[in-house]
Amino acid sequence: MDFEPSDDRRVLADTLTRFLAAEYPIAHRNAVAYAAPYHDPDKWARLSDLGLLYALAPEAQGGMGGAGFDIATVFQPLGAALCPEPVLAALLSARLLVAAGHDLDPLLSGRTRYAAAIGEIDAPYDPAEITCAAQGGATGWTLHGRKSVVYGGGTADRLLVAARASEAVGLFEVASEAVEITAYGMIDGGGAAEVFLDATPAALLLPDAEATLHDALDHGALALCAEAVGAMDTAQALLLDHLRTRQQFGQPIGSFQALQHRMVDLTIEIEQARSITILAASRMGAEQQSRTVSMAKSHIGRTAKLVAEELIQLHGGIGMTWEHPAAHYAKRLVMIDHQLGDTDFHLQRVMAGYRGA
Amino acid sequence: MDLSYSPEDRAFQDEIRAFLAEALPARLSDKVRTGAELTKADMEAWHAILNAKGWLATTWPKEFGGPGWTPVQRHIFEEECCRAFAPRVVPFGLNMLGPVLMRFGTPAQQQAYLPRILSGADWWCQGYSEPGAGSDLASLRTRAIRDGDTYVVNGQKTWTTLGQHANRIFCLVRTSTEGKPQQGISFLLIDLAAPGIEMRPIRLIEGGHEVNEVFFTDVRVPITNRVGAENEGWTIAKFLLGHERTNIAGVGFAVQAFEQLRAFARRPRGNGRRLIDDLLFAARLSEIEIELEAMKITNLRLLVAAQQTGAPGPESSMLKIKGTQIRQALNDLARRALGPAAAPFPLEALEGNAALVPLDQAANAARYFNSRKLSIFGGSNEIQRNILAKAKLGL
Repeated sequence: MDFEPSDDRRVLADTLTRFLAAEYPIAHRNAVAYAAPYHDPDKWARLSDLGLLYALAPEAQGGMGGAGFDIATVFQPLGAALCPEPVLAALLSARLLVAAGHDLDPLLSGRTRYAAAIGEIDAPYDPAEITCAAQGGATGWTLHGRKSVVYGGGTADRLLVAARASEAVGLFEVASEAVEITAYGMIDGGGAAEVFLDATPAALLLPDAEATLHDALDHGALALCAEAVGAMDTAQALLLDHLRTRQQFGQPIGSFQALQHRMVDLTIEIEQARSITILAASRMGAEQQSRTVSMAKSHIGRTAKLVAEELIQLHGGIGMTWEHPAAHYAKRLVMIDHQLGDTDFHLQRVMAGYRGA
Repeated sequence: MDLSYSPEDRAFQDEIRAFLAEALPARLSDKVRTGAELTKADMEAWHAILNAKGWLATTWPKEFGGPGWTPVQRHIFEEECCRAFAPRVVPFGLNMLGPVLMRFGTPAQQQAYLPRILSGADWWCQGYSEPGAGSDLASLRTRAIRDGDTYVVNGQKTWTTLGQHANRIFCLVRTSTEGKPQQGISFLLIDLAAPGIEMRPIRLIEGGHEVNEVFFTDVRVPITNRVGAENEGWTIAKFLLGHERTNIAGVGFAVQAFEQLRAFARRPRGNGRRLIDDLLFAARLSEIEIELEAMKITNLRLLVAAQQTGAPGPESSMLKIKGTQIRQALNDLARRALGPAAAPFPLEALEGNAALVPLDQAANAARYFNSRKLSIFGGSNEIQRNILAKAKLGL
């Protein structure tokens, strides 16, 4: 039993942490995260040069990792720095392309940007509810419908689209130029897009992709858990600094027991969130992958919101201002619950494990 | 990162399982499973079985008759004992006084008392809390005044767990009122047969007799029964409280309660529907299961860290808080799972054919009320938060 990262992962985490600290100070982060194209294209290229994306895919497919702990190693520093780059889009796409047997190098090298267009306004989390339609004809496949809040959709070169052909949900690839895309920023920074499919020509990658989609979404949910743990660590550091330095009634407010106990409770919840994320990372590829990831994402949904709300409350008025970093961490921590399944969606997947004998 | 046990640890786990399958009497595990009160003879019988195997004093080093296990091995042992519904080892002599004597006792004291703890010749109880000294333990007022070669002890101790079975008590007493309250405390070993001692039962909220109060009137204690120097007992008190925190997470007990509740909720009922298919119940059970799964990892992370640094840090207070919250939440849900059938009291009112629910769930209301103690004893959860705020967060 060993809770230390391997040497390779430690090097990756240190490299990434140093790069993000140098290149994404909060003022710069905010400048790029809230204005089109909602990330920093130059720094994205440099992140790719660091080999970041290779850590997201297995060696057999040309990557250098792809295990649960590799994904967590990448996303925790991203969360700690509130990095707005579309790494989640790359991870989801990589998992889908692996299943489709595609060459991953254009994606992993950063040369071609992919986004996964899975969710719809009425099918936000569960691929079984997808209504976007795929029609086969003499000249190939066309797609019809709308995909909503596609992460990284505004800056992608290629889109991987989940659409229903008769009974099964299939996976298709389309070129971004072939579709109408409305790109926008999100309240917590970073970019997403609405994708309008209107007899859009598409290449079929997988005729029955439901299991593949679930697997990709499991990996995405794990990544979001790790990102949240990173953001919660920074939030905790901001809070402790504030409690030690902010003076009221002639003393640091951290000397007040009411605030000390809330800070302790928050610390315990963060450690529990870290633990369940470690457990989920360890079970990727194992039989209990989906149920354990759902345990983690459900826990993170509750804990990250608690941390966000306490982050604002314990900072007082300054935590409500755009100027203070706390505000941006709080937004990200709350909005993570809106991505790839919220706390209740995942709780229901955990509950489903009780069915049967 | 590797969350699995090593091959050596797994072999160790198999050895423990095989031993428990063979050596743990069903009459004892049945009592534990159903929450029935264990008699003194039950507890002594289990201690004797473990002692014969050399597995009674799991925290003791080999030189004093312990098995010399690592923290991870102790964790595996505790986990397996819970899985098998073995009785809890009574900790006062084994896990509290034993380590104190090894660290602070004279060779004569070690030779006199340690073997008697193992053999069961002595049953120790704890004289720490007083009516006026709970969380603020250092304010204790039980006085010990020197008179030649003896101390004369007057005062009162309370919350003395299983004192009704004990023949000896270790006590914190005030030997000086000079300086800070912590500076005038000494650690005494007292024979409960000495004249002037009276032990009275305290009946707890659910009706059980688990704790007592002890009154001392002019009790004479030889000064050779003092452990450590006079007025330096506070160091020992803190050392002992650190050992009280071993296995503080109580993960094994939580797993036990969770498995029992889930099995109960899966039983078909008269209406054909199972409790587990009730969405609100399943949601509440799931939320606890998630916390418990996280807790198992948190506990292991801290265990491995303690194994590397040699001692548990202030983080063990996190285990106390979260572990007790989980166990209390489970007891709460298990009580509500019974509906009106949680009410009959005492349990013997509805025995045999008249029973409403399976025997292992019948005591759920009593368990719930009894488990409210978890967040109070061993340093209340509020005291644990004070410790964490200071020692871990630096506030």
